[in-house]
Amino acid sequence: MNYTTYIALIPLLPLAGFVLLGLFGQRHFTRSAGILGTLILLIATLLALYTAYQYFIVTGAVNGAYAAIEPFKYAWLEFSPGMSIDMGILLDPASVMMLVVVTVVSLMVHVFSLGYMKGEERFATYYAFLGLFTFSMLGLVLSTNIFQIYIFWELVGVSSFLLIGFYYDRPAAVAAAKKAFIVTRFADLGFLIGILILAFNSGTLDFGILIQRLTDTQSLQWMQITGTGFLGVSILSWALALVFIGGAGKSAMFPLHIWLPDAMEGPTPVSALIHAATMVVAGVYLVARLYPVYLIEGTILQLITWIGAISAFLAAIIACTQTDIKRVLAYSTISQIGYMLFALGVPAYGDASNTGYTASLFHLFTHAFFKSLLFLGAGSVIHFVHTNEMANMGGLRKLMPLTHFTFLIACMAIAGIPPFAGFFSKEEILLTAWENNKLIYYGALVTSGLTAFYMFRLYFSIFWNKTAPPNHHTDHHGEGNWSMKLPLLILALAAVGVGFIPFAHYVSINGSGSPILIPISFSIPPVLIALVGIGLAYILYYRENDRPQRLATALGGLHKTIKQKFYFDELYLFVTKKIIFNGIAKPAAWIDKHLVDGTMNGLGWVTTRVSVSIKAWQSGRIQSYTLYFFGGIIALAALFIYWWK
Amino acid sequence: MLTDFFILMKQELVITVIIFILLLLKIGTDMSNESFINLTNGLLLLNLVAGFVGSQSGTLFDGMFLTNPLIVLEKNILSLGTLIVSLQSADWLKRHDHVSEFYILLLCTLLGMFFMISAGNLLMFYVGLELSSIPMAAMANFDLAKKKSSEAAMKFIISSAFASGLLLFGISLVYGATGTLSFSELSLQITGAPLQIFAFVLLLAGFAFKISVVPFHLWTADVYEGAPVAVTSWLSVISKGSVLFVFVAVLNSVFRSLTDTWYNMLFVLSVLTILIGNLFAIRQNNFKRFLAFSSIAQIGFILVGITGSPNYAITSVVYFVLVYVFSNLAAFGVVALVSAVTGREQVSDYKGFYKTNPVLSWVLTIALFSLAGVPPTAGFFGKFFLLLSGAGKGNYVLIVIAALNMIISFYYYLRIVKAIFMDANEQPIEKLSIPAYPRLAMIICVAGIIVTGLAGYLYDYIYALTYRL
Repeated sequence: MNYTTYIALIPLLPLAGFVLLGLFGQRHFTRSAGILGTLILLIATLLALYTAYQYFIVTGAVNGAYAAIEPFKYAWLEFSPGMSIDMGILLDPASVMMLVVVTVVSLMVHVFSLGYMKGEERFATYYAFLGLFTFSMLGLVLSTNIFQIYIFWELVGVSSFLLIGFYYDRPAAVAAAKKAFIVTRFADLGFLIGILILAFNSGTLDFGILIQRLTDTQSLQWMQITGTGFLGVSILSWALALVFIGGAGKSAMFPLHIWLPDAMEGPTPVSALIHAATMVVAGVYLVARLYPVYLIEGTILQLITWIGAISAFLAAIIACTQTDIKRVLAYSTISQIGYMLFALGVPAYGDASNTGYTASLFHLFTHAFFKSLLFLGAGSVIHFVHTNEMANMGGLRKLMPLTHFTFLIACMAIAGIPPFAGFFSKEEILLTAWENNKLIYYGALVTSGLTAFYMFRLYFSIFWNKTAPPNHHTDHHGEGNWSMKLPLLILALAAVGVGFIPFAHYVSINGSGSPILIPISFSIPPVLIALVGIGLAYILYYRENDRPQRLATALGGLHKTIKQKFYFDELYLFVTKKIIFNGIAKPAAWIDKHLVDGTMNGLGWVTTRVSVSIKAWQSGRIQSYTLYFFGGIIALAALFIYWWK
Repeated sequence: MLTDFFILMKQELVITVIIFILLLLKIGTDMSNESFINLTNGLLLLNLVAGFVGSQSGTLFDGMFLTNPLIVLEKNILSLGTLIVSLQSADWLKRHDHVSEFYILLLCTLLGMFFMISAGNLLMFYVGLELSSIPMAAMANFDLAKKKSSEAAMKFIISSAFASGLLLFGISLVYGATGTLSFSELSLQITGAPLQIFAFVLLLAGFAFKISVVPFHLWTADVYEGAPVAVTSWLSVISKGSVLFVFVAVLNSVFRSLTDTWYNMLFVLSVLTILIGNLFAIRQNNFKRFLAFSSIAQIGFILVGITGSPNYAITSVVYFVLVYVFSNLAAFGVVALVSAVTGREQVSDYKGFYKTNPVLSWVLTIALFSLAGVPPTAGFFGKFFLLLSGAGKGNYVLIVIAALNMIISFYYYLRIVKAIFMDANEQPIEKLSIPAYPRLAMIICVAGIIVTGLAGYLYDYIYALTYRL
């Protein structure tokens, strides 16, 4: 099958959109920018869906496995034979799946923003940034080369920075953009060092060759990278751990999660796209890309398991106490990504089978749809009531019927109620955990109860609780126009439907998956726990009452600690402001000011002085020029014939 | 045999034919300046295209003349530079009385360079070198009304003659010591006897004079300042490029057995050149003088690259010259335009340039960034490969000195960028319209700066060619 003719268009079209709208948008397409950007992305999405159809259905599995194809690859910078930074496209089940997720969710966000961002002053710029992000994200998932992924990884970070800080006149947005950029950039440092170690030891940057060399225990590279160690841990482990730090930063895992809740300062559709469905799962995708290498290094996978599980649990607890609806969703995102990561890691405790890989990517897939639906629904609500605070909402079900209905579907999906999509993927994750590590399983079970609780707390608080506010500026703009409703409907359909895709058949670590069979009896406890969570939420939040307040008072300090997000931000502030600024930055600044600047100024002064004093050389008299010329020859000859032989 | 002759010498033959066409037109017709310029640019474009058609290795005239794909590429780079210079000077030439003479002289020097690059014998090399420098003196005098221009020409011809005399002395010593002048035989005969080293120093001085290595550089600034901008850019890019090509080739073929000696000489000379070039460049206020001294510093960096192992040295030098053609000519293009229209050449005149001429400001800025070696531009990769080549020998003192001096050069390049964008000016340079030919030249240069930097395979391509020598 020949993909080469059009495959490159998928990432390049959004890039073209970015260039077009970025250069001319504000001047020439003030109104049509949205339509233009959306149309461009629609073409890209159709091409992506066609590619997926070609890849999975038409070409299909050969000998029971889906082949990895590289439709094109271009050696961009070649350091030495075999060691080059390539720009290429890699199609394998995981990347094709991501291709569909990114384009579809991005398209939905493009359409939704037509209504949501209408009348914004920098409307065209917004669409230009969306195009840049989509391009970068597509480049990331299609990378053939670990350095290519790094380049796009940073580009994704930049476009996320631009979009979080889109309302650059709000100090909070600017601070959040900065925070997101700095925290993820800090983590990326680990990623870069990890890449360099892997590349140095395996002699290649290409994913395929790298995996092949580092998983073959007979190969020279494998012996080298596992044979040497640092601080008692093999170099391979260090490299993988460092790469994972990069992933954990992007995926907002504890303790690098602090940027994600603040990132909610960006426009809500952006949160749906970047901070729910696509960019934040890049860390999961990265681990999945290098999964064969991770599999042979069990300790790192165990580390990943625990980081994932702890993130899932802590974020779920924090989500229960937040009152800003976008922050609730942000913590829920952290929690769900935690699920994906421990699903990847947990097989290291048991049979190291590939069910974890499939389950994790399946959850990534379903989560993308229902979480972006939740965010877009939240966007719709915020658009309607002009606030993010739960306390100012309530009773909106009559006023926003469609939003209410789709939001409910998404809540059921994330809570894991059959037959919605989240149920299927979560069951697979739980089954993997059950088979490999019981402790993780029970933790996940509790977390899934918490998930159901906080999601329905959100749901009841928005749509029920109080009676509808009297005449709450409803007359002029209702629920929003078609462009805001259509994406909700489509994503709701997806949140119901995608769970029935035989995912394991398509995406698995060795390309030939057998479906993961879940016994019905296994599903009973999780569903029950979820129902308990929903019941609790119903009791506390269905009608306006003082029970939540009483509960909060009863829990006292504990509630406050959780509500303050376990004081993570304060801890970081303490470390940066008090320790780093005072202990390191101030002395460094002093040295910089007095020693470095002093030396530099001194050097500059000397340079200028010398420069003035040799002015006489350049006298303009040709006699002296020839004299210097001849002197140069004599000096060189004398120096090299007699002295420096 | 005859077809061999035509194929191997195709570039020289094309240039010769063009020279004859121009001569005949000059004598036989009464063409207007404008159509003459159009025609010549067309012919130069044809010459460039012809250069890319087929390339073979081979020797002619009993080893006097040799060529191979790398040499063809080097000549093509020079042809490209010639075309750009010609496009840039179109506006200035249009108002000049002696257009045809200018072009004929220009092409004669180019022909000389081609023969010099293809030389397989020291005599052939010498003839090529002279053919490329004597018409240059006449070109330097081409601002006929200006005294400074004549002064530049005089200084150039006298110091040239002096350098040539010493070079000839060196060649005769080589002949006396070895009994041959052919490159292939010389490489076997040279053993490192003191007389040979002395002869080598004389030859080295000849090269060093042409590419302005300290202390053989003193003519540079005066000539650059006095000569018309077109000639200055020609001298600083094309003429230097051609000599560099020969220099690096000769060092690694004829004087291969003296590698240890010339390595140390180049070490000393490159440190001196970078330092002195930078120190002078910092203080210059005349833009042309500034570019002259900064180009001396650039030569120092090139010498660092030349010290590397043969394949890397040749590759990095050829690549850098290509980059340098684009970057320096872009800078000179803007300076030439401004100087031709307003007559202002001081760096301080460029304050507030961005307010009145945003497009020219960007072109100049990109060019200066590339000259300074700021990352996304081609200049960064050019310098990077030069230093990488030099580092291959393990002499990190040299690399550290070079890297430190890169920082100094950042200072004086960015000083101009600051003046362009940030400084206020009571009387900024007025808004200039860019005529079609110079505009085309600028587009080629800027595109070249960006594309050469991003297209990594170019370097690999040159590297592959060095293996087929």
